[in-house]
Amino acid sequence: MKGYRKYFGKKLFWFGITFIAALLLNFTLPRLMPGDPVSMIVSKQAQGLTEASAVKAIYDNYAKEFGTSKPMIEQFFTYVGNLFKGDMGTSFSQYPRKVADIIGSAVGWTLGLQLPAIIMGWLLGNILGALAAYVRKGFDKVLMPMTLFFSSVPAFGMAVTLLVIFSITLKVTPVAGGYGYDMIPNFSWNFINSVLQHYQLPFWSIVIISIGGQAIGMRSMSIYELNADYVKYARFLGIKDRKIVGYVFRNAMLPQVTGLALSLGTMVGGALVAEIIFSYPGLGTTMYQGIKMMDYPLISGTTLIITVMVLVATFVLDIVYGFIDPRVKAAQFE
Amino acid sequence: MKNTIRQVFHSPKFVVGFCIFMAILLTMLVYPFINPGDPLKMIGLGTFAEPGTYVSMYDSVGAPFSTFKIPDADVKRLDKLLTQEDRAKMREWLELAQVDVSELDVGDMDSLLAMWKQHYDPEIRIPGMIKAVRNYYIRLNNSILSASVSDTLKVTDTDEATGETIEKTKISKTDYVNVDDVANVISLPLGTDNFGRDTLKQLVAACGVSISIGLIAGAVATALGLLLGLLAGYLGGWVDDFIMFFTNIFTVIPSFVLLILINYSINQDQRGAGTVALVIGLTSWVWTTRSVRSQVISLRNRDHVNLSRLSGHSLPRIILTDILPYIASYVMMAFILQVSSGILAEAQLSLLGLGPKTTEVPTLGLMMNWAMLYSAHLNGSWWAYFPVILVIALISFSLNLMNTGLDQVFNPTLRE
Repeated sequence: MKGYRKYFGKKLFWFGITFIAALLLNFTLPRLMPGDPVSMIVSKQAQGLTEASAVKAIYDNYAKEFGTSKPMIEQFFTYVGNLFKGDMGTSFSQYPRKVADIIGSAVGWTLGLQLPAIIMGWLLGNILGALAAYVRKGFDKVLMPMTLFFSSVPAFGMAVTLLVIFSITLKVTPVAGGYGYDMIPNFSWNFINSVLQHYQLPFWSIVIISIGGQAIGMRSMSIYELNADYVKYARFLGIKDRKIVGYVFRNAMLPQVTGLALSLGTMVGGALVAEIIFSYPGLGTTMYQGIKMMDYPLISGTTLIITVMVLVATFVLDIVYGFIDPRVKAAQFE
Repeated sequence: MKNTIRQVFHSPKFVVGFCIFMAILLTMLVYPFINPGDPLKMIGLGTFAEPGTYVSMYDSVGAPFSTFKIPDADVKRLDKLLTQEDRAKMREWLELAQVDVSELDVGDMDSLLAMWKQHYDPEIRIPGMIKAVRNYYIRLNNSILSASVSDTLKVTDTDEATGETIEKTKISKTDYVNVDDVANVISLPLGTDNFGRDTLKQLVAACGVSISIGLIAGAVATALGLLLGLLAGYLGGWVDDFIMFFTNIFTVIPSFVLLILINYSINQDQRGAGTVALVIGLTSWVWTTRSVRSQVISLRNRDHVNLSRLSGHSLPRIILTDILPYIASYVMMAFILQVSSGILAEAQLSLLGLGPKTTEVPTLGLMMNWAMLYSAHLNGSWWAYFPVILVIALISFSLNLMNTGLDQVFNPTLRE
């Protein structure tokens, strides 16, 4: 464990740097645009409002929240300070709810949906890719183009297609939401059942599209490893095929962990848009509502949380990688 | 060079992908000549007209006709008139009126109609039946009667001067009009969208715009990635550290989030297709930078590069003649992937309502967005969204296929 200190320290350092960069971007991007960000937001917000005092009130509120009268550096520290107190401002579309409160109720749904779905897609994709590499021939020829096609379907497209087939034509799953309209979240059997029913379509649509990319990556890696010298040598020594395959896939898996870490952002983005199709009560739908209602604090809050979630997931994957990669392990104990 | 191209076109995967992509491009170029006009013109007044050929009723009345006697014309007419639901309702009425329906098959039109005509009487009041339902049956009965009884339909008009009703023409059940003789026939293979616009025409135009968004985004991202990757990889030292610092940060921060923040900050009126493409390109250079850099580092100390350096060649020349040719195939593959992900990014942004300005150009994402806003997926208007999904999938499938093909050509271990 002691040997890992340097590795973890390095990873933690990068995590911190990236986190600060994310904060900075979330803070500066809207402020970088030409003109006064507050008046721009207010002009969007106040479309259709005729009363001057109402526009003024909105302006003042935003000006206070942004603190635009102060220098940028001071604004940034106020922003960070508020964040650490868990204050992300007040939502305009759902006034007087706090942004932190709205996000808090959405995070659970998104985590519960995407984490298992991405892990499931990754596992299935790797198994499929490994099989394709090992069996080759027919399996490889038929299955690979199909997987490639499915992975080319955008997440929202898969979501709509599944929705139309299973909810509207076959009527076996509910159309929208995270649980029945007539229910209040609680721990009754009925509620959990309803949640599970609503969970199926969003879950499988994410799984199906994430299988493809993983399978293709795993296939290439496995083929590469199967042709490596150590495999030929092991065959030469008469080691059982099953054992060799075990080694090969373990080695091929390693880059797949890194691959997952690198493609996480893209996958999460696609899945968030898919949430909108199902009106799933997660972050994607929350963000969509924010954009539709021109609710700037809500948008800024959701993007920040999504970034942080991706950052943490990548960090965890890096740590896991450190434990399973023998090269990293060896480097720590030199 | 020639040899490489020949090799590439021997890869079946690349060829299939290339053919699909070219077919899409060809349709995009040829279709506007077959069906010219503004793809965003609203031709229909209703929303989501079904796909098919529309014949002007007004024009077909005056058109020359021929007479055909077709034995099952009446049955077909009724078949179209009475939906399955209507038939079930008819059976229900008969049942309520104490008629024995145990032997009746709803699918058998003749026996159903015979029994209906024999037993139905608008005067019979079935206990417990509300007025609306009773009226429904009366209407149903009237349409059945008119379809099966009267042999002609009169077309009348009001005389402007006298206010009298004058008979214009009589249409007999056996009159048929040749579609070619009707002045106005519109063919809408994919119906219309929520604004009454021709979906197919719009789809073709949107396909072009989306592909050019992808190309611009891909070109910007690849150029930027290539430049940064070359600098970082070849120069090394603090330049490398500096570039990699930003690259590492932007690898982890999802570009999706950046796109949302930037696009939200740009005012709607300034957000044309070009701007969106540019923003997508500016947020997706990271991958190319990383891979170009690692390739360049492995090339940097090869003998031919060292030789070139010793000969006193300038930096641009070394990069252009000694390094670029070696990574060209790789950059090409990265470009193809960027194009495909650019198209996808535009679609996702548009679905969120942050795509290009909505009134001037159609894009695949905007079409999808409108279809979803008008719940096309819930009211069964598959033609408004399904072709869009299919086209996006086909474009990125063909690009991915080309990419896999190239990968197999340039990466010998993957060859079959």
